[in-house]
Amino acid sequence: MNESQLILTMVAAVGLGTPLIFATVGEIITERAGILNLGVQGMMLIGAVTGFWATFQTGNLEFGVVIAMVCASALSAVHAFTSITLRVNQIVSGLALALFGSGLASFLGRAGSEPLVGHPSRAQFEPILTGGIADIPIVGPLLFGHDPLVYLSWLVAGAASYYLFRTKMGLSLRAVGEDPASAEAAGVHVSKVRYVHVLIGGALAGLGGAYFSLALTPTWQDDPIGAAGWIAIALVILASWRPWRAVFAAYLFGAAERIQFTLQTLGEPWSDIPSTLLAMLPFILAIVAMIVLTSGKRARFLGAPAALGIPYFREQR
Amino acid sequence: MTTDAPTSGQSDLAVELRNIDKAFYGVKANDDVSFRLARGEVHALLGENGAGKSTLCSILAGLYRPDAGEMFLHGVPTAFKSPKDALASGVGMIYQHFRLVANLTVAENIALGHPDTGIRLDQKKLQTEAAELGDRYGLPIDPAARIWQLSVGEQQRVEILKLLYRNADVLILDEPTAVLTPQESKQLFTTMRQMADEGRSVIFVSHKLQEVKEVSDNVTVLRHGRNVGGVATADAQTEDLARMMVGRELVLPTRTDTTEAGSVVLAVSGLRVQGDRGLEAVSGVSFEVRAGEIVGIAGVSGNGQRELALGLNGLKTPTAGRVFIGNFDVTEASVLSHMYAGMSYVPQNRLGVGLAPGLTTEENLALKAFRKPPYSRGSRLLPSAFRSEGARQIEEYDIRGVRPGLPIRLLSGGNLQKALIAREVEMEPKVLVLHSPTRGLDVGATQAVRNQALAERARGVGVLLISEDLDELLALSDRLLVLYEGQVVGQMNAEDATAERLGLLMAGEREDGRR
Repeated sequence: MNESQLILTMVAAVGLGTPLIFATVGEIITERAGILNLGVQGMMLIGAVTGFWATFQTGNLEFGVVIAMVCASALSAVHAFTSITLRVNQIVSGLALALFGSGLASFLGRAGSEPLVGHPSRAQFEPILTGGIADIPIVGPLLFGHDPLVYLSWLVAGAASYYLFRTKMGLSLRAVGEDPASAEAAGVHVSKVRYVHVLIGGALAGLGGAYFSLALTPTWQDDPIGAAGWIAIALVILASWRPWRAVFAAYLFGAAERIQFTLQTLGEPWSDIPSTLLAMLPFILAIVAMIVLTSGKRARFLGAPAALGIPYFREQR
Repeated sequence: MTTDAPTSGQSDLAVELRNIDKAFYGVKANDDVSFRLARGEVHALLGENGAGKSTLCSILAGLYRPDAGEMFLHGVPTAFKSPKDALASGVGMIYQHFRLVANLTVAENIALGHPDTGIRLDQKKLQTEAAELGDRYGLPIDPAARIWQLSVGEQQRVEILKLLYRNADVLILDEPTAVLTPQESKQLFTTMRQMADEGRSVIFVSHKLQEVKEVSDNVTVLRHGRNVGGVATADAQTEDLARMMVGRELVLPTRTDTTEAGSVVLAVSGLRVQGDRGLEAVSGVSFEVRAGEIVGIAGVSGNGQRELALGLNGLKTPTAGRVFIGNFDVTEASVLSHMYAGMSYVPQNRLGVGLAPGLTTEENLALKAFRKPPYSRGSRLLPSAFRSEGARQIEEYDIRGVRPGLPIRLLSGGNLQKALIAREVEMEPKVLVLHSPTRGLDVGATQAVRNQALAERARGVGVLLISEDLDELLALSDRLLVLYEGQVVGQMNAEDATAERLGLLMAGEREDGRR
């Protein structure tokens, strides 16, 4: 692999990793509250289709992004209600959300007299800096050649990190995910904290979804995001519930997805590897990373919220 | 800092509860209870386990809502919607099971939920404040330590500091001494007195008469969910309080004879067991239990008792040392082999480890013996045997409240324990390991459990009694060992043991002068 291909792969990894950052940070925030939301795939798809639709109607990208976040957040409210208020099994509820969201997104893409499917987007996110600083070799394309949502993703990860560990709300959030009974006794409103952060997680998943349909592949197709939502759930573990690590984990997976295209360009013997095999690479990476991370003594330092997935009853005796 | 002494209110009465009712699943935990708490007093709430003390306190602290009744705070009618509400009004509670987030630091736990304005969490400033507060009340603590690294006594200090940091003026301590050594309890009493002298009111929940006499100004006694009377502590005789609490003369079974013990049934040498966090919890423990004796293991909880019990039963494989049951080396054997070699185990955690909460009482009673007749033939279970054997044991061990077909978790703590002990004793063991067998039980159930332990001793079973209740250890044991940080730091015959001597050993004072 020569230098320019390496740079190209890395730049592409940033693009492919960006939606994963949004979704992973969102899921980290949700899981830090002790709620496991496996519906990321569904929320991302809803974000992708509603964001695309809103921009398609108005030509306004920012409006599309806002709509995507609101709609995905609304979908996550269903999970919040079932898992926090009704205290049903969070795995079942989350999986139902994923399937429902996928189906609904597909339906919305084909509904109406003028279906979205096959249409290119009326607008798409473009790099904000062109020429000058972005033309500096290596550093330019890696740091300065991106669209605004890439920088937003860094901002979101940094803000989430600060929020979790340096603010009082963040402390309440962590306490609720670790030990809701103790948090409640200390005066934290457990249900409220859980609701708010499930909704924030949903909004960020929607933003990740919108990145696919408004920046990465700005055309509406039936399956625009691949398995990004599922990978994001795995990335939460890989990032050990820390937002900053999610950035690196997401780029690692972005690179793994990109590598199949890179190998094609390298010629023999690399291009002989079947692409279907290479398409599995991110998932194999996910499984290996989980085994390495959760085996033996490392598991202790992983930092999974102790009350993750466990419904909270206040007056339980 | 927000820790100045409370300013004086309009009324000398800090709290008044009138005619409180509270029921759980149709069982009345509080029945028409009234209670008055003055400013600047330590007020003991005395009663057996299950008398409704914790429920009453949880209502006052906003955790439960009363079904009926009124609450007045400094003369003003009040209804708390949540613990947050109560804390904001200056009412805070320290629960029997601490409400601390194990993975957070001391300072973070103290700051958690504090209504202070501002967004930023300044760790440094918090830690300084926490340390200063601790110094002021004689509660030294490392503010940067994580809760799981602390001893139980230290965790309790954090709980108290949490309330003082909020400037709570009504502090409720639910059985605070249950987990402390006698010396730590003394220190706690000093702190309680200091808080009362500052004008705060302290509710001290206990069933230990000596402690109530020692620390409180006034006593209110609860029995079966009802307030059966209140007195000034100075005017009350211990015997009177005991009668009010139990409703009859209080006699707990005690070992009376000193028969010769038989052959060794359990021999442990150089045992080492790892704890859950990968640290060594039992560090080279050796002892023997003979047939027909009760060996007590004293120690503050968290000094390796749980891991010792698990190691003896094969639930955790020891990293070093040997365990013999009779002549069988069971060190690395399976749990089942331990069972067949003659080991019975009553774990501290009755529901969950000891019993399967969702199965019926009959099924739980057969949970160890079902592999053999009469419960099964080959791989087939015989339901009639479950019913007949179950009925026999329920009768014989006086297990009350059993409803056919319903899960065992609906039984009360005492009856759960009776069922668990019935199952273990029915296995006709050589060795019986009891871990905190009477914790949380009322006097009636405690009597039954103690009698059962003595009966097993009389039958020639070697009993290992792991307990934090010094009275119980002194009453039942033939010999006593003290466990401290995973090691046996002292052993003595029952005749030479006193609560003071045990307490010092439990706190890590070595009798040979080393530390």
